[in-house]
Amino acid sequence: MSRTTLDLWVGFFVAVGLGALLFLALKVGNLASSSSGETYAIQAKFDNIGGLKVRGAVKSAGVVVGRVTEIRFDPEAYLAVVTISVDARYKFPRDTFATINTSGLLGEQYVGFEVGGDTAMLKAGDTIKKTQSAVVLEKLISQFMFNKAAEDGGKK
Amino acid sequence: MRALRGLGQRVTSRIWRLGYASRFFLAILLHSGTSLRRINLTIREIFFTGVLSLIIILVSGLFVGMVLGLQGYDTLARYGSTEALGVLVSLSLVRELGPVVAALLFASRAGSAITAEIGMMKATEQLSAMEMMAVDPIARVVAPRFWGGVISMPLLAALFSAMGIFGGYLVGVQLIGVDEGSFWSQMQASVDFREDILNGVIKSFVFGIIVSWVAVFEGYDAEPTAEGVSGATTRTVVTSSLAILAADFILTAFMFTGT
Repeated sequence: MSRTTLDLWVGFFVAVGLGALLFLALKVGNLASSSSGETYAIQAKFDNIGGLKVRGAVKSAGVVVGRVTEIRFDPEAYLAVVTISVDARYKFPRDTFATINTSGLLGEQYVGFEVGGDTAMLKAGDTIKKTQSAVVLEKLISQFMFNKAAEDGGKK
Repeated sequence: MRALRGLGQRVTSRIWRLGYASRFFLAILLHSGTSLRRINLTIREIFFTGVLSLIIILVSGLFVGMVLGLQGYDTLARYGSTEALGVLVSLSLVRELGPVVAALLFASRAGSAITAEIGMMKATEQLSAMEMMAVDPIARVVAPRFWGGVISMPLLAALFSAMGIFGGYLVGVQLIGVDEGSFWSQMQASVDFREDILNGVIKSFVFGIIVSWVAVFEGYDAEPTAEGVSGATTRTVVTSSLAILAADFILTAFMFTGT
Protein backbone atom coordinates (compact mmCIF):
# COMPACT_ATOMS: atom_id res chain seq x y z
CA MET A 1 0.00 0.00 0.00
CA SER A 2 1.42 3.39 -0.94
CA ARG A 3 1.98 6.10 1.61
CA THR A 4 -0.84 8.38 0.55
CA THR A 5 -3.65 5.84 0.82
CA LEU A 6 -2.31 4.87 4.24
CA ASP A 7 -2.46 8.47 5.37
CA LEU A 8 -5.97 8.72 4.00
CA TRP A 9 -7.11 5.71 6.02
CA VAL A 10 -5.52 6.93 9.23
CA GLY A 11 -7.03 10.37 8.72
CA PHE A 12 -10.41 8.77 8.13
CA PHE A 13 -10.02 6.67 11.28
CA VAL A 14 -9.07 9.63 13.47
CA ALA A 15 -11.91 11.74 12.02
CA VAL A 16 -14.47 9.01 12.63
CA GLY A 17 -13.18 8.45 16.16
CA LEU A 18 -13.35 12.13 17.03
CA GLY A 19 -16.79 12.27 15.43
CA ALA A 20 -17.91 9.46 17.73
CA LEU A 21 -16.59 11.40 20.73
CA LEU A 22 -18.46 14.49 19.57
CA PHE A 23 -21.62 12.42 19.16
CA LEU A 24 -21.22 11.09 22.69
CA ALA A 25 -20.64 14.57 24.08
CA LEU A 26 -23.46 16.39 22.30
CA LYS A 27 -26.15 13.84 21.56
CA VAL A 28 -25.71 11.42 24.46
CA GLY A 29 -24.29 13.67 27.15
CA ASN A 30 -25.50 17.01 28.40
CA LEU A 31 -22.60 19.17 27.28
CA ALA A 32 -24.84 21.24 25.04
CA SER A 33 -27.48 21.97 27.65
CA SER A 34 -25.32 22.36 30.76
CA SER A 35 -23.52 25.50 29.63
CA SER A 36 -26.58 27.55 28.79
CA GLY A 37 -26.08 31.16 29.66
CA GLU A 38 -26.15 33.04 32.93
CA THR A 39 -27.58 31.99 36.25
CA TYR A 40 -28.14 33.49 39.66
CA ALA A 41 -27.73 31.64 42.95
CA ILE A 42 -30.34 31.45 45.68
CA GLN A 43 -30.49 29.34 48.81
CA ALA A 44 -33.17 27.26 50.45
CA LYS A 45 -33.13 25.58 53.86
CA PHE A 46 -34.78 22.22 54.30
CA ASP A 47 -35.43 20.05 57.36
CA ASN A 48 -34.70 16.97 55.28
CA ILE A 49 -33.54 16.77 51.69
CA GLY A 50 -34.06 13.02 51.31
CA GLY A 51 -32.09 11.78 48.33
CA LEU A 52 -31.50 15.12 46.61
CA LYS A 53 -28.11 15.31 44.90
CA VAL A 54 -25.83 18.02 43.57
CA ARG A 55 -26.68 18.68 39.88
CA GLY A 56 -30.26 17.66 40.55
CA ALA A 57 -32.93 19.48 38.58
CA VAL A 58 -34.96 22.46 39.77
CA LYS A 59 -38.37 22.56 38.15
CA SER A 60 -41.24 24.97 38.07
CA ALA A 61 -44.47 23.78 36.47
CA GLY A 62 -42.51 20.76 35.32
CA VAL A 63 -39.98 22.78 33.31
CA VAL A 64 -36.31 22.66 34.32
CA VAL A 65 -35.37 26.18 35.42
CA GLY A 66 -32.11 25.52 37.27
CA ARG A 67 -29.75 23.09 38.95
CA VAL A 68 -28.71 22.27 42.51
CA THR A 69 -25.09 23.42 42.80
CA GLU A 70 -24.26 22.78 46.44
CA ILE A 71 -25.69 20.93 49.42
CA ARG A 72 -24.28 21.48 52.89
CA PHE A 73 -25.29 21.07 56.50
CA ASP A 74 -25.84 24.11 58.71
CA PRO A 75 -24.44 23.03 62.10
CA GLU A 76 -26.20 25.80 64.04
CA ALA A 77 -29.74 25.44 62.79
CA TYR A 78 -29.36 21.71 62.04
CA LEU A 79 -30.80 22.27 58.60
CA ALA A 80 -29.69 21.34 55.11
CA VAL A 81 -28.74 24.38 53.03
CA VAL A 82 -29.25 23.84 49.31
CA THR A 83 -27.75 26.31 46.89
CA ILE A 84 -29.62 26.54 43.61
CA SER A 85 -28.51 28.32 40.46
CA VAL A 86 -31.53 29.49 38.52
CA ASP A 87 -31.46 30.40 34.84
CA ALA A 88 -31.25 34.18 34.60
CA ARG A 89 -34.14 34.25 32.12
CA TYR A 90 -36.59 33.25 34.83
CA LYS A 91 -37.60 35.44 37.78
CA PHE A 92 -39.56 34.12 40.74
CA PRO A 93 -41.57 36.02 43.40
CA ARG A 94 -40.13 36.39 46.91
CA ASP A 95 -42.70 34.06 48.44
CA THR A 96 -41.96 31.14 46.12
CA PHE A 97 -42.50 27.83 47.85
CA ALA A 98 -39.68 25.29 47.42
CA THR A 99 -40.53 21.60 47.79
CA ILE A 100 -38.57 18.42 47.29
CA ASN A 101 -40.46 16.10 44.99
CA THR A 102 -39.85 12.72 43.48
CA SER A 103 -40.33 12.07 39.78
CA GLY A 104 -42.38 8.90 39.69
CA LEU A 105 -42.54 6.45 42.57
CA LEU A 106 -38.87 5.49 42.49
CA GLY A 107 -37.41 8.27 40.35
CA GLU A 108 -34.86 10.96 41.08
CA GLN A 109 -35.61 13.72 43.53
CA TYR A 110 -35.79 17.31 42.38
CA VAL A 111 -36.59 20.74 43.80
CA GLY A 112 -39.96 22.09 42.75
CA PHE A 113 -40.87 25.81 42.82
CA GLU A 114 -44.45 26.72 43.49
CA VAL A 115 -44.88 30.36 42.60
CA GLY A 116 -46.44 32.76 45.10
CA GLY A 117 -48.12 36.12 44.57
CA ASP A 118 -45.50 38.59 45.82
CA THR A 119 -44.57 41.37 43.42
CA ALA A 120 -40.95 41.57 44.62
CA MET A 121 -38.70 39.06 42.87
CA LEU A 122 -35.95 36.82 44.25
CA LYS A 123 -32.44 38.20 43.74
CA ALA A 124 -29.06 36.51 43.76
CA GLY A 125 -28.10 35.52 47.32
CA ASP A 126 -31.66 35.47 48.65
CA THR A 127 -32.94 32.65 50.77
CA ILE A 128 -36.27 31.01 50.17
CA LYS A 129 -38.30 31.16 53.39
CA LYS A 130 -41.01 28.63 52.79
CA THR A 131 -39.85 25.11 52.10
CA GLN A 132 -41.24 21.64 52.36
CA SER A 133 -39.02 18.66 53.06
CA ALA A 134 -38.75 15.45 51.15
CA VAL A 135 -41.35 12.84 51.83
CA VAL A 136 -39.62 9.86 53.39
CA LEU A 137 -41.53 6.81 52.33
CA GLU A 138 -40.43 4.71 55.32
CA LYS A 139 -41.78 7.33 57.76
CA LEU A 140 -45.13 7.39 56.01
CA ILE A 141 -45.39 3.63 56.10
CA SER A 142 -44.41 3.38 59.76
CA GLN A 143 -46.84 6.16 60.67
CA PHE A 144 -49.60 4.31 58.87
CA MET A 145 -48.71 1.06 60.59
CA PHE A 146 -48.54 2.58 64.06
CA ASN A 147 -51.88 4.32 63.55
CA LYS A 148 -53.39 1.07 62.39
CA ALA A 149 -51.97 -0.74 65.40
CA ALA A 150 -53.26 1.94 67.77
CA GLU A 151 -56.75 1.67 66.26
CA ASP A 152 -56.75 -2.08 66.61
CA GLY A 153 -55.53 -1.78 70.21
CA GLY A 154 -58.37 0.65 71.04
CA LYS A 155 -61.03 -1.74 69.84
CA LYS A 156 -60.09 -4.48 72.24
CA MET B 1 10.98 -29.78 48.75
CA ARG B 2 11.24 -29.70 45.00
CA ALA B 3 7.70 -28.38 44.74
CA LEU B 4 8.60 -25.58 47.14
CA ARG B 5 11.67 -24.71 45.13
CA GLY B 6 9.64 -24.70 41.93
CA LEU B 7 7.10 -22.39 43.50
CA GLY B 8 9.77 -20.01 44.70
CA GLN B 9 11.43 -20.01 41.33
CA ARG B 10 8.14 -19.25 39.61
CA VAL B 11 7.43 -16.33 41.94
CA THR B 12 10.91 -14.87 41.53
CA SER B 13 10.76 -15.18 37.77
CA ARG B 14 7.38 -13.36 37.73
CA ILE B 15 8.81 -10.56 39.84
CA TRP B 16 11.91 -10.45 37.63
CA ARG B 17 9.74 -10.12 34.57
CA LEU B 18 7.67 -7.39 36.19
CA GLY B 19 10.78 -5.40 37.00
CA TYR B 20 12.12 -5.92 33.49
CA ALA B 21 8.77 -4.84 32.05
CA SER B 22 8.80 -1.65 34.14
CA ARG B 23 12.33 -0.84 32.99
CA PHE B 24 11.20 -1.54 29.43
CA PHE B 25 8.24 0.84 29.89
CA LEU B 26 10.61 3.61 30.98
CA ALA B 27 12.84 2.88 28.00
CA ILE B 28 9.85 3.24 25.66
CA LEU B 29 8.95 6.58 27.22
CA LEU B 30 12.56 7.78 26.93
CA HIS B 31 12.75 6.76 23.29
CA SER B 32 9.32 7.99 22.27
CA GLY B 33 10.80 11.27 21.07
CA THR B 34 11.83 9.47 17.89
CA SER B 35 8.34 8.15 17.22
CA LEU B 36 6.98 11.69 17.54
CA ARG B 37 9.67 13.21 15.34
CA ARG B 38 9.27 10.52 12.70
CA ILE B 39 5.50 10.65 12.89
CA ASN B 40 5.14 8.54 9.74
CA LEU B 41 6.22 5.48 11.68
CA THR B 42 3.49 6.06 14.26
CA ILE B 43 0.89 6.76 11.58
CA ARG B 44 1.75 3.46 9.94
CA GLU B 45 1.17 1.70 13.26
CA ILE B 46 -2.14 3.52 13.83
CA PHE B 47 -3.18 2.11 10.48
CA PHE B 48 -2.29 -1.44 11.47
CA THR B 49 -3.72 -1.35 15.01
CA GLY B 50 -6.55 1.17 14.68
CA VAL B 51 -7.89 1.14 11.14
CA LEU B 52 -7.72 -2.62 10.74
CA SER B 53 -9.60 -3.08 14.04
CA LEU B 54 -12.42 -0.81 12.88
CA ILE B 55 -14.63 -3.52 11.43
CA ILE B 56 -14.57 -5.83 14.45
CA ILE B 57 -15.09 -2.89 16.84
CA LEU B 58 -18.00 -1.42 14.87
CA VAL B 59 -19.79 -4.74 14.31
CA SER B 60 -19.42 -5.95 17.88
CA GLY B 61 -20.41 -2.52 19.22
CA LEU B 62 -23.57 -2.65 17.16
CA PHE B 63 -24.47 -6.12 18.38
CA VAL B 64 -23.67 -5.39 22.02
CA GLY B 65 -25.92 -2.32 21.84
CA MET B 66 -28.70 -4.32 20.22
CA VAL B 67 -28.51 -7.03 22.89
CA LEU B 68 -28.54 -4.35 25.61
CA GLY B 69 -31.62 -2.86 23.99
CA LEU B 70 -33.47 -6.17 23.93
CA GLN B 71 -32.48 -7.32 27.40
CA GLY B 72 -32.90 -3.89 28.94
CA TYR B 73 -36.36 -3.51 27.46
CA ASP B 74 -37.37 -6.89 28.80
CA THR B 75 -36.33 -6.00 32.34
CA LEU B 76 -37.53 -2.39 32.31
CA ALA B 77 -40.93 -3.42 30.95
CA ARG B 78 -41.55 -5.25 34.23
CA TYR B 79 -41.30 -1.96 36.11
CA GLY B 80 -43.16 0.01 33.48
CA SER B 81 -40.26 2.34 32.83
CA THR B 82 -39.23 1.47 29.31
CA GLU B 83 -38.48 5.14 28.59
CA ALA B 84 -35.34 4.70 30.67
CA LEU B 85 -33.97 2.31 28.04
CA GLY B 86 -31.79 5.06 26.55
CA VAL B 87 -30.27 5.77 29.97
CA LEU B 88 -29.56 2.10 30.59
CA VAL B 89 -27.96 1.50 27.19
CA SER B 90 -25.90 4.68 27.13
CA LEU B 91 -24.65 4.57 30.73
CA SER B 92 -23.63 0.94 30.60
CA LEU B 93 -21.84 1.48 27.29
CA VAL B 94 -20.12 4.77 28.07
CA ARG B 95 -19.04 3.83 31.56
CA GLU B 96 -18.14 0.16 31.32
CA LEU B 97 -18.81 -1.88 28.23
CA GLY B 98 -17.39 0.57 25.70
CA PRO B 99 -13.91 0.88 27.19
CA VAL B 100 -13.68 -2.69 28.53
CA VAL B 101 -15.05 -4.72 25.63
CA ALA B 102 -13.27 -2.54 23.08
CA ALA B 103 -10.02 -3.04 24.99
CA LEU B 104 -10.53 -6.82 25.18
CA LEU B 105 -11.20 -6.96 21.43
CA PHE B 106 -8.25 -4.66 20.82
CA ALA B 107 -5.99 -6.93 22.87
CA SER B 108 -6.92 -9.99 20.88
CA ARG B 109 -7.05 -8.26 17.49
CA ALA B 110 -4.15 -5.81 17.60
CA GLY B 111 -2.14 -6.73 20.71
CA SER B 112 -1.54 -10.29 19.57
CA ALA B 113 -0.51 -9.04 16.11
CA ILE B 114 2.01 -6.62 17.62
CA THR B 115 3.49 -9.37 19.80
CA ALA B 116 3.73 -11.80 16.91
CA GLU B 117 5.32 -9.20 14.67
CA ILE B 118 7.98 -8.10 17.16
CA GLY B 119 8.56 -11.71 18.22
CA MET B 120 9.13 -12.78 14.61
CA MET B 121 11.47 -9.85 14.12
CA LYS B 122 13.42 -11.08 17.09
CA ALA B 123 13.35 -14.71 15.93
CA THR B 124 14.63 -13.78 12.49
CA GLU B 125 17.30 -11.58 14.13
CA GLN B 126 16.06 -8.38 12.53
CA LEU B 127 16.28 -6.63 15.88
CA SER B 128 19.94 -7.68 16.31
CA ALA B 129 20.62 -6.54 12.76
CA MET B 130 19.21 -3.12 13.61
CA GLU B 131 21.43 -2.87 16.64
CA MET B 132 24.38 -3.74 14.40
CA MET B 133 23.46 -0.79 12.20
CA ALA B 134 23.33 1.45 15.28
CA VAL B 135 19.53 1.73 15.02
CA ASP B 136 17.90 1.40 18.42
CA PRO B 137 15.12 -1.20 17.98
CA ILE B 138 13.17 0.27 20.89
CA ALA B 139 13.03 3.67 19.22
CA ARG B 140 12.51 2.33 15.69
CA VAL B 141 10.20 -0.66 16.27
CA VAL B 142 8.76 -0.69 19.77
CA ALA B 143 7.89 2.93 20.58
CA PRO B 144 5.86 3.63 17.39
CA ARG B 145 3.80 0.48 17.98
CA PHE B 146 3.24 1.47 21.59
CA TRP B 147 2.06 4.98 20.72
CA GLY B 148 0.01 3.72 17.80
CA GLY B 149 -1.91 1.51 20.22
CA VAL B 150 -2.28 4.21 22.86
CA ILE B 151 -3.69 6.67 20.31
CA SER B 152 -6.02 4.16 18.65
CA MET B 153 -7.61 2.78 21.81
CA PRO B 154 -9.69 5.80 23.01
CA LEU B 155 -10.93 6.41 19.46
CA LEU B 156 -11.95 2.78 19.10
CA ALA B 157 -13.70 2.80 22.49
CA ALA B 158 -15.62 5.97 21.56
CA LEU B 159 -16.65 4.36 18.26
CA PHE B 160 -17.73 1.22 20.12
CA SER B 161 -19.93 3.24 22.51
CA ALA B 162 -21.44 5.36 19.75
CA MET B 163 -22.15 2.31 17.63
CA GLY B 164 -23.65 0.49 20.62
CA ILE B 165 -25.97 3.38 21.42
CA PHE B 166 -27.01 3.40 17.77
CA GLY B 167 -27.68 -0.37 18.04
CA GLY B 168 -29.76 0.20 21.18
CA TYR B 169 -31.66 2.93 19.34
CA LEU B 170 -32.32 0.59 16.38
CA VAL B 171 -33.73 -2.17 18.56
CA GLY B 172 -35.41 -0.04 21.21
CA VAL B 173 -36.97 2.68 19.09
CA GLN B 174 -37.23 1.29 15.57
CA LEU B 175 -37.99 -2.34 16.34
CA ILE B 176 -39.79 -2.40 19.70
CA GLY B 177 -41.23 1.10 19.58
CA VAL B 178 -40.01 2.93 22.67
CA ASP B 179 -40.81 6.62 22.35
CA GLU B 180 -37.97 8.27 20.48
CA GLY B 181 -38.17 11.62 22.28
CA SER B 182 -37.94 10.17 25.77
CA PHE B 183 -35.23 7.75 24.66
CA TRP B 184 -32.88 10.60 23.76
CA SER B 185 -34.00 13.21 26.29
CA GLN B 186 -33.76 10.91 29.31
CA MET B 187 -30.36 9.83 28.04
CA GLN B 188 -29.18 13.42 27.82
CA ALA B 189 -30.61 14.26 31.22
CA SER B 190 -28.69 11.53 33.03
CA VAL B 191 -25.41 11.16 31.12
CA ASP B 192 -22.96 13.74 32.39
CA PHE B 193 -20.13 14.82 30.10
CA ARG B 194 -17.39 15.04 32.70
CA GLU B 195 -18.60 12.36 35.08
CA ASP B 196 -19.44 9.67 32.55
CA ILE B 197 -18.02 10.33 29.11
CA LEU B 198 -14.68 11.83 30.11
CA ASN B 199 -14.12 9.12 32.71
CA GLY B 200 -14.84 6.52 30.03
CA VAL B 201 -12.25 8.12 27.76
CA ILE B 202 -9.70 8.14 30.58
CA LYS B 203 -10.43 4.47 31.17
CA SER B 204 -9.91 3.56 27.54
CA PHE B 205 -6.68 5.58 27.49
CA VAL B 206 -5.35 3.62 30.48
CA PHE B 207 -6.42 0.35 28.83
CA GLY B 208 -4.62 1.42 25.66
CA ILE B 209 -1.42 1.90 27.63
CA ILE B 210 -1.84 -1.49 29.33
CA VAL B 211 -2.55 -3.45 26.15
CA SER B 212 0.19 -1.80 24.11
CA TRP B 213 2.72 -2.15 26.89
CA VAL B 214 1.99 -5.83 27.45
CA ALA B 215 1.99 -6.51 23.70
CA VAL B 216 5.32 -4.87 22.90
CA PHE B 217 6.95 -6.27 26.02
CA GLU B 218 5.86 -9.85 25.35
CA GLY B 219 7.05 -9.53 21.77
CA TYR B 220 10.39 -8.08 22.76
CA ASP B 221 10.87 -10.62 25.53
CA ALA B 222 9.73 -13.63 23.45
CA GLU B 223 11.99 -16.61 23.05
CA PRO B 224 13.36 -16.36 19.50
CA THR B 225 11.75 -19.57 18.29
CA ALA B 226 8.45 -20.33 16.59
CA GLU B 227 7.22 -21.90 19.82
CA GLY B 228 8.36 -18.95 21.88
CA VAL B 229 6.53 -16.49 19.65
CA SER B 230 3.29 -18.46 19.83
CA GLY B 231 3.59 -18.67 23.63
CA ALA B 232 4.24 -14.93 23.83
CA THR B 233 1.17 -14.19 21.71
CA THR B 234 -1.01 -16.29 24.00
CA ARG B 235 0.47 -14.59 27.06
CA THR B 236 -0.27 -11.17 25.58
CA VAL B 237 -3.96 -11.91 25.24
CA VAL B 238 -4.26 -13.56 28.67
CA THR B 239 -2.18 -11.03 30.59
CA SER B 240 -3.65 -7.94 29.01
CA SER B 241 -7.24 -9.20 29.39
CA LEU B 242 -6.70 -9.88 33.08
CA ALA B 243 -4.89 -6.57 33.55
CA ILE B 244 -7.74 -4.71 31.80
CA LEU B 245 -10.38 -6.23 34.07
CA ALA B 246 -8.34 -5.59 37.21
CA ALA B 247 -7.56 -2.01 36.18
CA ASP B 248 -11.22 -1.50 35.35
CA PHE B 249 -12.21 -2.44 38.88
CA ILE B 250 -9.66 -0.05 40.36
CA LEU B 251 -10.57 2.82 38.06
CA THR B 252 -14.29 2.29 38.64
CA ALA B 253 -13.73 2.33 42.39
CA PHE B 254 -11.95 5.67 42.03
CA MET B 255 -14.33 7.28 39.54
CA PHE B 256 -17.87 6.25 40.23
CA THR B 257 -18.11 5.78 43.97
CA GLY B 258 -18.28 8.56 46.51
CA THR B 259 -20.27 11.73 45.94
